[in-house]
Amino acid sequence: MKRILFAGSLLPLLFAGIASAADTINAAGATFPAPIYQKWCEEFKAKTGVQINYQSVGSGAGIKQFTDGTVDFGASDMPMTDDQIKAIKVPTLHFPTVLGADVVTYNVPGITVDLKFSGQTVAAIFMGTITKWNDAKIAADNPGVKLPATDIVVVHRSDGSGTSFIFTDFLSKVSPEWKSKVGASTSVQWPVGLGGKGNEGVSGLVKQTPGSIGYVELVFAISQKLGYADIKNANGKFVKASFDSVTAAAAGMKEMPADFRVSITNGPGDKAYPISSFTWLLIPSQISDPAKKKNITAFLTWLLTDGQKDAQGLSYAPLPAAVVAKEKKQLATIK
Amino acid sequence: MSSSAAVQPQMGKSPVSEISRRLRGGDEVAWLITLLFSISVLLVTALLVWELWVGSEPSRAKSGFSFLTSKLWNPVTDEFGAYPFIYGTIVTSVLALAIAVPTGVGAAIYLSELATGKWSDSLTFLVELLAAVPSVIFGLLAMFTLVPMMRETIGPAIKSVFGSLPLFSGPVYGVGYFTAGLVMAIMIFPYIISVSREALMSVPREQREAALALGATKWESTWQIVVPYARLGIIGSVFLAFARALGETMAVTMVIGNDPSVHASLFAPGYTIAAVIANEFTEATGKVYPAALVELGLVLFVLTFILNGLARLLILITTQKGSARA
Repeated sequence: MKRILFAGSLLPLLFAGIASAADTINAAGATFPAPIYQKWCEEFKAKTGVQINYQSVGSGAGIKQFTDGTVDFGASDMPMTDDQIKAIKVPTLHFPTVLGADVVTYNVPGITVDLKFSGQTVAAIFMGTITKWNDAKIAADNPGVKLPATDIVVVHRSDGSGTSFIFTDFLSKVSPEWKSKVGASTSVQWPVGLGGKGNEGVSGLVKQTPGSIGYVELVFAISQKLGYADIKNANGKFVKASFDSVTAAAAGMKEMPADFRVSITNGPGDKAYPISSFTWLLIPSQISDPAKKKNITAFLTWLLTDGQKDAQGLSYAPLPAAVVAKEKKQLATIK
Repeated sequence: MSSSAAVQPQMGKSPVSEISRRLRGGDEVAWLITLLFSISVLLVTALLVWELWVGSEPSRAKSGFSFLTSKLWNPVTDEFGAYPFIYGTIVTSVLALAIAVPTGVGAAIYLSELATGKWSDSLTFLVELLAAVPSVIFGLLAMFTLVPMMRETIGPAIKSVFGSLPLFSGPVYGVGYFTAGLVMAIMIFPYIISVSREALMSVPREQREAALALGATKWESTWQIVVPYARLGIIGSVFLAFARALGETMAVTMVIGNDPSVHASLFAPGYTIAAVIANEFTEATGKVYPAALVELGLVLFVLTFILNGLARLLILITTQKGSARA
């Protein structure tokens, strides 16, 4: 009983901690950039005293909470559709924050070198039309590599995720068959393969299953020291995923649309890694509360400048300077 | 639920005067409070159904009853069907029961009838400890131990004997219905043992002694007298385990392969209702997609409801025929 009373006496303290600051800002959305958003929130609080709570609930749930007005701003790994934007009275602005990428990882017995794949080959493997590792199309991209005649086991994400969106978006661009039969989304109807939950699930299955191939986030592949394939980009060059090649994919976009709702997969540029993407913050174009407006714009300005330096430490690729300059202009339009 | 039903007839005459009369006795405050508690359970259930019903409206409007029979699950084109998930849920749960019921009941009989005092107590303690292990732990264990074992040892062994049956055809990936069923079986095993053992222990000593006095052997008395006497408790444990298996999420999604299609082979990858909801809900956008996932929740609810109903029916039938009541 004493213990219950003691716990009860602590409860008000807990709530006081949550509700103390009047200038608390709430945000929710994508899980993929959550580590850096949470670090940014922490650093921003240390600098300015403004508390920003970021809940990593997933892009879909983030867009929903943002639409319902239960959070001050949202975050998503895929840009909002026109219909989603129309559903909110105040137009939404998209702010790219960092870049992410997917890598293709595999487990082929006897292969120790990094394999090379063209986008079409990856699409055919995930479509189920290429079924053996010694297929002529795989061999053509990997001269001199002795490929075994084992069956390919495809592994994909089972949970809805921005990672899958980037991957299927890339495959839709390089393969008309993929585009018409499967399409691009956070979850799709996979023609073949096993589903693993999260990056851990996919890499776990790939590590265990001889002859398997799957895709994971670059962040995850680096932290787990996984080997991954070079992918042929739109200029016909095989490129390895790295911070530089991912940033190059964003810099290669010649015409950035005014609303930043753009897919940079299979983008131009010799050094561009083709399975790259922005991740976005969703900010209302009008913020009625002046204190909130001031704090949110200050947060955005900071993350676009000083905050970008945190990106590589957490394995995200920073934004190219041209994109940052353009975003600052959009920032000034918030009323 | 049964307590509120028992209260109902008393409220029938004039509820207000009845309540005020009862409140005058200090003891009756407890009656009112417990009544409120039992009503709140009903309210929560009703609210749950209501929320599931309203939340699934866009999906019900789009698919109608074909939702239950369609094999499509395509978030890109907004076409959704629950059939592969219903199939996967039932196949894995039934498989889990097929493995766990004989072993669980067998273990319970050993613990209550054959094992001696201290040995039985310590084994029971361990079994109850097993019931408290979170399911994600079983999932991890399965992913790193059971899956490779299934792919390299168990799967090929079964295939070498029964490989010609469609039930065991196709390649063994390690993940699939069979592995999921096996993990579920391990998870529900302690529930069956624990509850069945209690039921067996509560059989009066006189029943055993009477059987032995009539010349029955120890095993005859156990199998023909004690087990039938305790069968309501045993059936109860099985349905408790079944309900747990139907709703099991984390451990299953880690080893089932998460493939929304229907396969005859138990080695093939599949999907369950609880697993797909947990996997896809956070990133589901649009109107129909989240609603389809909510509708799957409704389907799982109804499925559980029907199975519980069947359990009651089974108990009713066996009690009417039966020799004893627990």
